[in-house]
Amino acid sequence: MMAESFQQKALARELRPALSKDEALAEANRCLFCHDAPCMRACPTHIDVPLFIRQIATNNPGGAARTILQANILGASCARVCPTEVLCEGACVLTDQHRPIQIGPLQRHATDHAMAVKQPILTAGPKQPGSVGIIGAGPAGLACAAELLRLGYESVIYEAAERPGGLNASGVAQYKMTPEVAQAEVDWLVSAGVNIRCGVSVGKDVSVSELESRHDALFIGVGMGAIPGIQIAGEELPGVWDGLDLIAALKQGDREVFELLRGARVAVIGGGNTAIDVVTQASRAGAAKVWLIYRRGREQMSAYAHEVELAREHGVELVLHAVPHRVVGPSRGLSPRTSRVAGLEFGRKLPDGGERLETLPADLVVRATGQKGARLLAELPVRSEGGKVVADEAGRTSNPRYFAGGDCVSGGQEVVNAVAEGQRAARTIAGEVLSKLGGAQ
Amino acid sequence: MADLSVDFCGIKSPNPFWLASAPPTNTGDQIMRAFDAGWGGAVWKTLGQPIVNVSSRYSSVDYAGRRMMGLNNIELITDRPLDVNLREISEVKKRYPKHALIVSLMVESNQQAWHDIVRRAEDAGADGLELNFGCPHGMSERGMGSAVGQVPDYTCQIVKWVKEVARTPVIVKLTPNVTDVTFPARAAEQGGADAISLINTINSVTGIDLDSMTPRPSVHGASAHGGYCGPAVKPIALAMVASVAQSVKVPISGIGGIASWQDAAEFILLGASTVQVCTAVMHHGFRIVLDMIDGLSAYLDSKGLRSVSELVGRSVPTYQRWEQLDLNYRVIADVKQDKCIGCGVCYAACYDGAHQAIAVKPDQRGRSVVEILEHKCVGCNLCSLVCPVDDCITMKRVDHFGDERLPWTEYSKNPSAHPHVRSNRHDQ
Repeated sequence: MMAESFQQKALARELRPALSKDEALAEANRCLFCHDAPCMRACPTHIDVPLFIRQIATNNPGGAARTILQANILGASCARVCPTEVLCEGACVLTDQHRPIQIGPLQRHATDHAMAVKQPILTAGPKQPGSVGIIGAGPAGLACAAELLRLGYESVIYEAAERPGGLNASGVAQYKMTPEVAQAEVDWLVSAGVNIRCGVSVGKDVSVSELESRHDALFIGVGMGAIPGIQIAGEELPGVWDGLDLIAALKQGDREVFELLRGARVAVIGGGNTAIDVVTQASRAGAAKVWLIYRRGREQMSAYAHEVELAREHGVELVLHAVPHRVVGPSRGLSPRTSRVAGLEFGRKLPDGGERLETLPADLVVRATGQKGARLLAELPVRSEGGKVVADEAGRTSNPRYFAGGDCVSGGQEVVNAVAEGQRAARTIAGEVLSKLGGAQ
Repeated sequence: MADLSVDFCGIKSPNPFWLASAPPTNTGDQIMRAFDAGWGGAVWKTLGQPIVNVSSRYSSVDYAGRRMMGLNNIELITDRPLDVNLREISEVKKRYPKHALIVSLMVESNQQAWHDIVRRAEDAGADGLELNFGCPHGMSERGMGSAVGQVPDYTCQIVKWVKEVARTPVIVKLTPNVTDVTFPARAAEQGGADAISLINTINSVTGIDLDSMTPRPSVHGASAHGGYCGPAVKPIALAMVASVAQSVKVPISGIGGIASWQDAAEFILLGASTVQVCTAVMHHGFRIVLDMIDGLSAYLDSKGLRSVSELVGRSVPTYQRWEQLDLNYRVIADVKQDKCIGCGVCYAACYDGAHQAIAVKPDQRGRSVVEILEHKCVGCNLCSLVCPVDDCITMKRVDHFGDERLPWTEYSKNPSAHPHVRSNRHDQ
């Protein structure tokens, strides 16, 4: 194992570091223990926030972790990656008075404790007949498997990648969570009995019909696919990146990519939270200049306001009302992964409706627009529209043996939404399919 | 600026803030530093027969993240040689002639022993004596401290012995570990005491170490009950000071959880002429007196009072028996909706813990919107007490039944004949 470089350290430096025990106690004691708490309503998994904070305040961090994990099995991840500013903390009544309770860091305090003392993440229910095949070991699939285990049902997660976790492991900005933390959380789940088979690609290593014969029901949690091309000249050139690939490479500590970014001028195209992750990561990894190019105004950006602010704090320049036209070649470099382009030409929209052509002296261009649908969807016997599986609130698809949740249904939301959907689907599967198999109860 | 100097039964002090007999007054060095910091007087840690102390002596109660809400000790009286203490007393008095230097005393219940210790303390230069009839641990098992304070006859007898030889004012320090503190207070006065001080510490166990399952503070795996003090005991002390103020004529030195000028003002309003402080100094050091002096002085100014003596006992007449309170007075809660942050804490408190007089519904942001159900509100104050926002819930006076007071005593004498009875809400 090579020593961590300065760039890697900068990349992973946490915005919200762990609280010390005293900090956590002081913060927990600020909580008002609201009636019908707004924070709890705002959480997609409805964690009983006032209760777990009270448990921290009474020196019962293990109990706090139980409260969190009962509602959200990926509570350790969510404590780090949730946009708490727009969820629980955004709803905190103390926001109006002075400042909200730091719910995310308190949740991390409790779950870190539980992981450190190897507290069981869940208790498996009495064994019931029935088995579920889960496609994808991202947050939705993991949550579905955990909930089934709680209810006493067996499941197998099939994951095409070599490592479980999905975007939670590979796509989260490094300063929010490292892959090691995501992996530790998955290991914790595995220790409780969650069954994951990595490196098994459905449709290639195992057929869909084989899965259907092995399992009583199937859960689709495959997430979304790659970031599509944006149909501009030169986008096939080496030196033009898919934003998720770039984040994943950085998170894996790819030295070539760190070398590529050091001192580079990077143009990132997009206006969502993934684009923000790319620009902040590029900046932390040592880029000399980072632009965020978006075709409309700041109000239209889908990225959260606090994330846009974060990008500004990282010195990122927002180039708004800008339409990319052409990546300027030629690419130069020893290999495709280390190549640089000559610039990005774009049209700046003018108030009179016209456009002014400008060129950014970018060395790298990164696409960070929305993802397209997963390729596997074409092979699954469920209805999908616009690259997304059509599923209802309870996770039911057009096919009564198939259920779905997470990004492949929503098109790309937070980890916490995927967890909520995976859990809900597990309860639907148990109630509508497995319980009718003639088990003990 | 108001005059903070006091004359406490003949003992002159630049201000009413004294250090109580306790660890902060263990040595001359500490007391001189305290006087330099601004303290007006000090009661020297109790002199008496030689003792030995245990190691591991204090334990505390933390509350909601704050340290030492209450402090408990199993330390005994001074463990320094008597002649060292006496020499330092002379030295301090010589250097600080204008400060009040009281010496706390505790010896076995023997006339000669008391005569002897009184003479030696006074010869050393004490401005006054404080008889420690309050210490609840260790010494009480040997027939001293609270063992005396708990028996009014003993209290009276020992005060008489002391008064036979004392040339300086004699203050009797009472224990709160009795059913009715006015009995020993009157006994002390009857014996000739020039003043009363209270309260000494309260019998307590601060807690159990849940790992070792032994009480705190642990002395090699065991503990004993200690004396409780600090902010937690202030309300108990206030009630006792007020009761004593209504029962005796001699001046009172108030003790019990005083940490600020507000605390001091409250004790003074209920009849104390000086106040004594210990725990707050054990927590924060002598410097806290700066704010006590400034704050009390500003408060007196704000009330148009020129001296501390004008404040003493002002609230005593309003401290009454329940049966004297006006049944015709009625308040109900009033929520300032523009200040409400929507936490719903008042709702939970009222619905589960009081009189079900608050309705709640969530707004669009999921916050609680509360409404007082005036017909159900009994005016208990609970919602206004739990509300985390200043002045968001206040109690407003409503629907009072004329200006005439209706105490229970009159109400019960002849209900059917009394003109106010029918209009009283208790009948509705």
